[in-house]
Amino acid sequence: MKKLNKSFWIGIVFAMVLYGVIQILLTTGIFDDVMESTLILICINVMLAVSLNLINGITGQFSIGHAGFMSIGAYVSAILTLNFDVPFVLALVISGLVAALFGVLIGIPTLRLNGDYLAIATLGFGEIIRIVLLNTEYVGGASGLSGIPTQTTWTIMFLFTLVTVVVINNFINSSHGRACIAIRENEIAAEAMGINTTLYKIIAFALGALFAGIAGGLSAHKFYVINPGSFNFLKSFEILVMVVLGGLGSTSGAIVGAIVLTVLFTVLQEYPELRMIIYSAILILMMIFRPKGLLGSTGFSFKKFAKKEAKPSDSINS
Amino acid sequence: MTASTAEVLLDVQQASRSFGGLKALSEVSLHINRGELIGLIGPNGAGKTTLFNLLTGVYPPSSGSIILNNESVGGMKPFRINRKGAARTFQNIRLFTAMTVLDNVKIAFHQHAKHSMFTSMLRLPKHFSGEGEITQKAMDILKIFNLADQFDELAGNMSYGNQRRLEIARALAAGPKLLLLDEPAAGMNPNETRDLMNLIAWIREEFDLTILLIEHDMSLVMGVCDRIYVLDRGMLIADGSPLEIRNNPKVIEAYLGQEA
Repeated sequence: MKKLNKSFWIGIVFAMVLYGVIQILLTTGIFDDVMESTLILICINVMLAVSLNLINGITGQFSIGHAGFMSIGAYVSAILTLNFDVPFVLALVISGLVAALFGVLIGIPTLRLNGDYLAIATLGFGEIIRIVLLNTEYVGGASGLSGIPTQTTWTIMFLFTLVTVVVINNFINSSHGRACIAIRENEIAAEAMGINTTLYKIIAFALGALFAGIAGGLSAHKFYVINPGSFNFLKSFEILVMVVLGGLGSTSGAIVGAIVLTVLFTVLQEYPELRMIIYSAILILMMIFRPKGLLGSTGFSFKKFAKKEAKPSDSINS
Repeated sequence: MTASTAEVLLDVQQASRSFGGLKALSEVSLHINRGELIGLIGPNGAGKTTLFNLLTGVYPPSSGSIILNNESVGGMKPFRINRKGAARTFQNIRLFTAMTVLDNVKIAFHQHAKHSMFTSMLRLPKHFSGEGEITQKAMDILKIFNLADQFDELAGNMSYGNQRRLEIARALAAGPKLLLLDEPAAGMNPNETRDLMNLIAWIREEFDLTILLIEHDMSLVMGVCDRIYVLDRGMLIADGSPLEIRNNPKVIEAYLGQEA
């Protein structure tokens, strides 16, 4: 049992060290405010990419409506803190739950669809959310909401990101996560082996939406303003590209993809005229030379650092 | 032929299935008693796999009833039928190719998992005991099929024969009462086929199974089956002991055509 746990704890220790180092750099002023914003943006994108990977990479349901879930979280949390004085963290949790509810509502009718059809349906869902927000006076219409308290600090952001990664990774590496992977691998066989495929697709959608919603809430409370335009389908594609770039189906890949693309975007902002060209060129080169993503579909595991690899035969004999 | 109802595990009455205007199965009635090994044969396109698909819920029957273990399962979803005790293999192997051999078998144990999603997400002690139990049981099954030393291999990288065996192992892991094997020996050489048949005979005893087997290899079917059903063009044309089937003129006609 302890062997199973080892890679998990190495991961936690690594995350703590990473947090400590960055915290020291921030307090000593080596990292300035711009750097802190970039770090928070990276964390938001990590949350989005990891949660989308659960739907697209693990369960194999091609969804491109992730910005829709994100916008629900952003708006719900912003309204709660602006109009109802709900404490920040509670507002985040509620916004995540509301997004998850939408995940279930969207999931039930659309998950009968496969592949391209599902992609188009989820794309439509994302656009519907945006149009509804655009035309609702209560949430500010096209100009959106502004004056949202900027309560997302580096510490809170890191904590939520860590929880997202740990919870989703724990889910994937369990019998329930294997059920999702089985659906991706062969839906007919999964169903014939006693997996309730509809239920697990909905669970994947709900979990993915939950964390996307929280990420949306965190981003709203970082960047002060939200408007429907920032949650269009390009945002959905951006998240999808992070997942594919890192390696569809691996959590570590999604994290790396999110970090690489966010850094790239931030660096390229200084060259606005060349930005999209370089970005596109990198994606094309990437797909030619590493079609399975930076880390491939198996990803990177802290297991390699555990002295002895966990073998099921060991745990049986001992 | 007539068995007391207590012994009947699977009872199919007048089951039909049509796809548009095509009647793939018409009014097929058959029964399987507990502990029997039944063969299902017929020329290509006779509807053997369609019958399997009805029995396992891939399609609902257009009409007729399917009773498994005294419970009507016609039109149930495949995962429910699997949980009621009918597991199958596929004619064209359907393994989870990018998963390891061990994980393939673990999937079938998922329905018996004692730990909930939330204990797994939070890594509570129940998660470890539940996962440990599944791993243990899956390894036990793999040992029976001599696949234990390849547990870490990706299923898609295994030899064809081993993939076939793994599929049976996976079906067995679900804990079925009725095992449906769709051409388990397809593509195997005579030696492999013989080994496989010995294995099937052995697991039948060991796990107290009832088996329905589709097979093209006549010598094999004739050798191991208690009774045989013959399908042709969606209709049941004969049933009986291997000897009766061998001498049945209708069966010979279906396979070889009418005498000129």
